[in-house]
Amino acid sequence: MSKPVALELKNVSKYFGSLAANKNVDLTVYRGEILAILGENGCGKTTLMNMIAGIYYPDSGSISVDGQEVVIRSPKDAFRHGIGMIHQHFKLVDLFTAAENIVLGVKNGQRYNIKEVNRKVQELADKYGFNVDPKKKIYEMSVSEKQTVEILKVLYRGADILILDEPSAVLTPQETDKLFDVLRRMREDGKSILIITHKLHEVLSISDRVAVLRKGEHIATVDTATTTASALTEMMVGKKVELNIKRPEPKNTCDRLEVQGLNMVDAEGIKVLDNISFTARAGEILGIAGIAGSGQRELLESIAGLCHPVTGKIIYHNPKTGESEDLRDKDPVAIRELGVRLSFVPEDRLGMGLVGNMDIVDNMMLRSYRKGHSIFVDRKKPGDLAKKIVEELEVATPSTKTPVRRLSGGNVQKVLVGREIAASPTVLMAAYPVRGLDINSSYTIYDLLTEQKEKGVSVIFVGEDLDVLVELCDRILVVCAGRITGILDGRNTTKEEIGLLMTKTETSAETEKKEVTDNENA
Amino acid sequence: MKMREKTHELPFHVVKRDTMPFWKSMTIRIVAVVAALLLCSVLSVFMINANPFEFIETMIDGVLGSSRRLWKFAKDASILLCIALAVTPAFRMRFWNIGAEGQTLIGALASVGVAYYLGDHVPNGPLLILMFVASILAGAIWGCVPAIFKAKWNTNETLFTLMMNYVASGLVAYFLLLWTPSGSSVLGALSVGHLPVIGHEYLLLIVAVLVLTAIVYIYLHYTKQGYEISVVGESENTARYIGIGVGKVIIRTMIVSGAICGLAGFLIVGALDHSVTTTTVGGMGFTAIMVSWLAKFNPLVMIGTSAFITFMQQGSAQITTRFNIDSAFPDIVVGIVLFFIIGCEFFISYSLKFRESKKKGEKE
Repeated sequence: MSKPVALELKNVSKYFGSLAANKNVDLTVYRGEILAILGENGCGKTTLMNMIAGIYYPDSGSISVDGQEVVIRSPKDAFRHGIGMIHQHFKLVDLFTAAENIVLGVKNGQRYNIKEVNRKVQELADKYGFNVDPKKKIYEMSVSEKQTVEILKVLYRGADILILDEPSAVLTPQETDKLFDVLRRMREDGKSILIITHKLHEVLSISDRVAVLRKGEHIATVDTATTTASALTEMMVGKKVELNIKRPEPKNTCDRLEVQGLNMVDAEGIKVLDNISFTARAGEILGIAGIAGSGQRELLESIAGLCHPVTGKIIYHNPKTGESEDLRDKDPVAIRELGVRLSFVPEDRLGMGLVGNMDIVDNMMLRSYRKGHSIFVDRKKPGDLAKKIVEELEVATPSTKTPVRRLSGGNVQKVLVGREIAASPTVLMAAYPVRGLDINSSYTIYDLLTEQKEKGVSVIFVGEDLDVLVELCDRILVVCAGRITGILDGRNTTKEEIGLLMTKTETSAETEKKEVTDNENA
Repeated sequence: MKMREKTHELPFHVVKRDTMPFWKSMTIRIVAVVAALLLCSVLSVFMINANPFEFIETMIDGVLGSSRRLWKFAKDASILLCIALAVTPAFRMRFWNIGAEGQTLIGALASVGVAYYLGDHVPNGPLLILMFVASILAGAIWGCVPAIFKAKWNTNETLFTLMMNYVASGLVAYFLLLWTPSGSSVLGALSVGHLPVIGHEYLLLIVAVLVLTAIVYIYLHYTKQGYEISVVGESENTARYIGIGVGKVIIRTMIVSGAICGLAGFLIVGALDHSVTTTTVGGMGFTAIMVSWLAKFNPLVMIGTSAFITFMQQGSAQITTRFNIDSAFPDIVVGIVLFFIIGCEFFISYSLKFRESKKKGEKE
């Protein structure tokens, strides 16, 4: 490599308790390159980047910028050395405009002149091909626009080493492509870009080199051009993995859950569910795709009886009695009393599905503790169930008496999914069940869902990885801003088609129509 | 190459520790107490001119020196423990009830009221039962009013329970005026409504509180309601998810919490004071919060923490008498010890990592 070295890490370690988040990591970043930081969840990617950006302080090791050893104690120090990080969760003031957010906290001795800032921001945006209006307020922006503002904020401060933490997690495939174009332009301009990701196809399409981390250790840095997806996976996981999801043909399907015309508004009066209608069938996996916050959570919580839509029906066809019930206004206890066996793996595992400070046994009890008339809780049956789940799903835990918050993300999820499946449900809803899980655990979860489907359960799966949705689901329902924009056949669709539907708002649908008529007129 | 500004390294930074084995964390706590006592001894040299050994010896003597002192110690610790037991269910639910003072006081007032009005007409046995019921009811009402507001309108329970203390003490002042025709507001000891004396005058009280400790422990750890309290405390969202009515649990638990406070009020009146003043509870409603916290809300551990705090108070009171100094001194001692105990929790959760010297780094 003839390019100059921008950033060099030597022997950097960071411990949380006895857990090594990073162990003796060496990393070199050159000027004008895109370096992907690849690794499974929990392998220490974000911790490492946080140390460069001044959020954590390394326990040992050294960081050099342009060949000079530096001490980075805060994000401010990082900026002084030209390092800026774009976090997964945006840190913007909603009521301010893009330019106001960008200039916030910048001290350059000059008087605050918003016109000048607007001009400079526009200049920066034009230079790299960003699509942004500096005068637009943050609350009016889409997620991808907000991300653009975050990137501009870092550039405005003169960063020439940019760190992006999973930037594509909140974007549609089309938006991701746009972002990558911008990143390539920045690279041409001589900037160094570190991009954290666990999506292999992104690594292969954008990066020049890939640094692979595993369990806090730096495994290797390889040139992207000379590697393959399977070689990278092997480095990430430490062994060969089969990456395919089984999808047997649905058998004996019948309608299980009919949702008709659900409407709901949130506390601020914003419509979160807009005339949602669909049918979930027994024996198939119905996927739900959409940008995060498009009404997925509200939809599942409505079905589970945790919140109540204003209008519409949620009809459950009971396979045992043959009767149909409307669940819309019922709470979870009433739903269970009707004999509806509905299981729900919520998005927020430790905040909703489980109690982090309780052990596995007590968490098993959450669903069943009410049984019987005794005023005392029975811990024997939940204890047996806990043991069974730990054994069958291979949960790595010292014992069933360990608080679940001490388990790793994958094991927490196994405990939760295990409990929900143990109730032998007829409807199983899972929201982002593989978020934060390593590859092996993810595939365990996919297999469990498929197994349930084969048992005749109606599975509803809310996912974010479109590749997985397309491989796993029999049908895919796409939501956008609380509306259903399409229900697709999982076997005959592409993620590009889903991506388009994910951003198809009412207005864009109208413009499309208008364009069509315009074309016809022409 | 651009010139980079130099930032100096920190001499140390804070790192989170793993969970410590129990013996190790207990050792740290004991070391903290010893260190605190040493500091108190040193202070005693300068402030009261006593030698440090004498200081500690006086403290111990103040508690264990005679059987009278020992009984007083056991009695005070029991009342404190009883109120601490009362606040614990609410605290486990993350409901910050700082109204134990008022809930206990109103319980005591109810007991005295029943004895005052019915004492002449009802024999002692039934009278005691009536006093018991009235106290528990009064405490429960005092506890459940803030809970209802919290459950229905999400009001701040800390402020609300605190304010209820002033209402209770205002009511006591009012009734004292009513009951003392001379207007002295000092109600002499009632001749009726005394709890029977078994063995020693304090024995029944102590046994009753120990039994209550066991009951509260079982309630919190082994019953469905106790389980619901833990779930609501840990995560309201989880409670909602499994269909626990959060508001219902809050109200029910505060009724329990207030009722136990009321019981404490009854015990104070029936077994000890046989009267009531606005300072009957004397701040124990607040000290009890500390007892509960220090024990991490475990009723069995609270036997130890309430004994410890009572020991500190009574021991330092002895110092005041013996060395004839201002009564603020015991407060200082208790304050220092608590500061060390609470401060040592930091070292149980975190450790300081010092920088290795630069030279060593360069050698590598």
